[in-house]
Amino acid sequence: MKASGNILFCGVGGQGILLASEITAFALLESGLDAKKSEVHGMAQRGGSVVAHLRYGEKVYSPLIDPGRADFAVSFEIMEAARYLPFLHKESKVIVNTQQIAPPAVATGKMTYPANLLDELRNKGITVFDIDAFALAREVGEIRTANIALVGALSSFLPVAEEVFISVLKTRIPRKLEENLQAFKQGREITSKAA
Amino acid sequence: MTQAEAEKSWLSGNEAIARGAWEAGVTVAAGYPGTPSTEILENLSKYDQVYCEWAPNEKVALEVAVGASFAGARVLATMKHVGVNVAADPLFTAAYTGGRGGLVIITADDPEMHSSQNEQDNRNYAFAAKLPMLEPSDPSEVIPMLAHAFALSEKMDTPVFFRTTTRVAHVKGQVATGARKTGPVEIKLEKMPAKFVMLPGNARIRRQAIAERWPPLIDFAENYSGNRIEWGDRKRGIITGGISYLYVKEAFPEISVLKLGMTWPLPEKMIRYFADQVDELIIVEELDPFLETHIKAMGIKCTGKEMIPAMGELNSFIVKKSLGGDTGEVFPPVELPPRPPNMCAGCPHRGLFYSLSKAKVFVSGDIGCYTLGFLPPLSAMDSCVCMGASIGVAHGLNKALGEESRGKTVAVIGDSTFIHSGITGLVNTVYNKGFSTVIILDNRITAMTGHQQNPASGATLMGEPANAINFSELARAVGVKHVTTINPHRINESRKIIKEELDRPETSVIISRAPCVLLPSERNRIKIPLNTDKEKCTGCSACVQLGCPAIRWYPLTPEEAKAMGKKEKQKGYAEIAAEMCVGCGQCLEVCKFEAITPVEDK
Repeated sequence: MKASGNILFCGVGGQGILLASEITAFALLESGLDAKKSEVHGMAQRGGSVVAHLRYGEKVYSPLIDPGRADFAVSFEIMEAARYLPFLHKESKVIVNTQQIAPPAVATGKMTYPANLLDELRNKGITVFDIDAFALAREVGEIRTANIALVGALSSFLPVAEEVFISVLKTRIPRKLEENLQAFKQGREITSKAA
Repeated sequence: MTQAEAEKSWLSGNEAIARGAWEAGVTVAAGYPGTPSTEILENLSKYDQVYCEWAPNEKVALEVAVGASFAGARVLATMKHVGVNVAADPLFTAAYTGGRGGLVIITADDPEMHSSQNEQDNRNYAFAAKLPMLEPSDPSEVIPMLAHAFALSEKMDTPVFFRTTTRVAHVKGQVATGARKTGPVEIKLEKMPAKFVMLPGNARIRRQAIAERWPPLIDFAENYSGNRIEWGDRKRGIITGGISYLYVKEAFPEISVLKLGMTWPLPEKMIRYFADQVDELIIVEELDPFLETHIKAMGIKCTGKEMIPAMGELNSFIVKKSLGGDTGEVFPPVELPPRPPNMCAGCPHRGLFYSLSKAKVFVSGDIGCYTLGFLPPLSAMDSCVCMGASIGVAHGLNKALGEESRGKTVAVIGDSTFIHSGITGLVNTVYNKGFSTVIILDNRITAMTGHQQNPASGATLMGEPANAINFSELARAVGVKHVTTINPHRINESRKIIKEELDRPETSVIISRAPCVLLPSERNRIKIPLNTDKEKCTGCSACVQLGCPAIRWYPLTPEEAKAMGKKEKQKGYAEIAAEMCVGCGQCLEVCKFEAITPVEDK
């Protein structure tokens, strides 16, 4: 596994993207790597398209991922995975929560939600893992663990031992820890064979 | 947080500024919320031994800071870039007075306008106000640099600017933290009229003091550890600073770089030396050609904005591409429906803007969450310039258009924005016999920047109960005779009242009052969501025109409509997502077919 990389977290404001990126960052730091994360606050948070850039390696300069340089993307919503295609490259691995959230133009009937969006990515050679993170979260008994399930799916590809992730979850997630650990493990299992 | 071990923490630029201010011995801090500066005071207020306050605007915040500096305290003033415009009056004269305790002013700039109305480059303020400016590149540089800023402020008897941009303020990285120190100046009341009273006679002498501090400031810059040369390939040399330094290092790790941690005044000797050592000198900076202009003025040959964009944010990709590097292939974007930010489900502003969209008026808007009333389907905002401008702009429209504009314009302004700089606009409208209707959107909090207390919310930044301004009494006190309060969720009644007030031949104020749905008290309230009866829905789309994220339109083909037992021409129906609905009742108000009802108790 490469000891440096770029992870793009994207979705819709309010989906728990910042927590997922924060947990991942802590796990990378615990593994002795340098990391930087860029977020946007303020107006963009009001239900708009939201993105966080997380870069790691021996020494990280820029906090932003360049177009064509995201090795991994974790998208909390299908359309948002497609929106950030210019950041991806042929070897990118993309973890997508299969939720669809209608943007205003779709909700008001002016436009339709595009079909087969993930094929746009697959046709470029990108590896896509579509995961129904809510179903998985419901299974473990806590709907709010969906973001941790996605982190679990991402974790298979990172130069971080599983125990490190688990210890980070233990220190950073005070409530419903068992459910979160379960969600993490199930998410990780989905991608572990591909890693 | 009184413990301070030297250890590495994972902090954002803003968290690091709070930590750095605390470590530097700051005892007073004041600011006004504004992205990307807000989290500084939110974090600093959690440390012991520091008094922090939200001022009504940046001018007052800076004046408070100047006073605290006069008393000998180390003091921090925080604001976003456009906030410095508001604070510019005390700023330019504080350069003359200096202070006693170190005074550092944070200007948090927003290239690319992620959450701002312009992307002014506030390095120009350092030049114009004759103040030194330091600029960190990432959170790890913040704490030591802030300590330098306070020491420099005291040594040179001048306020010091500390500039960040969004990609410093909202970037997280590893930061080395240390212990708190105490400021070197005794905190006491001391009269120094020749220095503090800027009557022309004194001010002329203090103007001279600025001239006298300038050569030592340049000497400081020449020897400052934050200004450094990193030698590499000398064919091309790049001068850069702030976030741009990191983009340069990422794009061209092999090139010689002069990194400026102090961007005003400039270390001319160091720049000249660097320029002499490289074949080609390039300036890489975000926004204005600030360094470039001043380096060219030294008679040094260099290039910059011929290649590097002067608009928007940079990144290492743009830097690489602009300077002829290989950026590789990039997938073109997929055409997708846009996803702009939207008001929350149950937001009281939505009800008001729906009412205004039906009133067919020119809506003079202002800065806050409610600026989103501009977006479709509400499309109910026709101008927005700066904090507080709504009221003056509406009055100006009316004065230009005369009597015929009566009933055709309205000003809308949020509670915190009204206090920030709307009150004077209202005083002006009454005084100069205007006939505007001013609507104060009172949602009990400064919402857009993430729920900061303000002088109308009843609490302080430090979490203490405080006076809450009564907007009706305030409006009456400045001479407004007609003040009405409406509940914006009750759209039908609101529309009636808005029409009455618009028709008045004199100034009137409507207070549109309902709490922000994200306030803890609202989040914890037991809510009864609403439900659409598909049988009764005629597909009129009135509720859809609210633009509520909980309401979705489902189109129907004539066959599908028929199969549902509806008229063939019905184009669709609307449904409410119960998990998002907070039961505000706005859609219930606009539905003429009684198709929307509260979900029955189970």
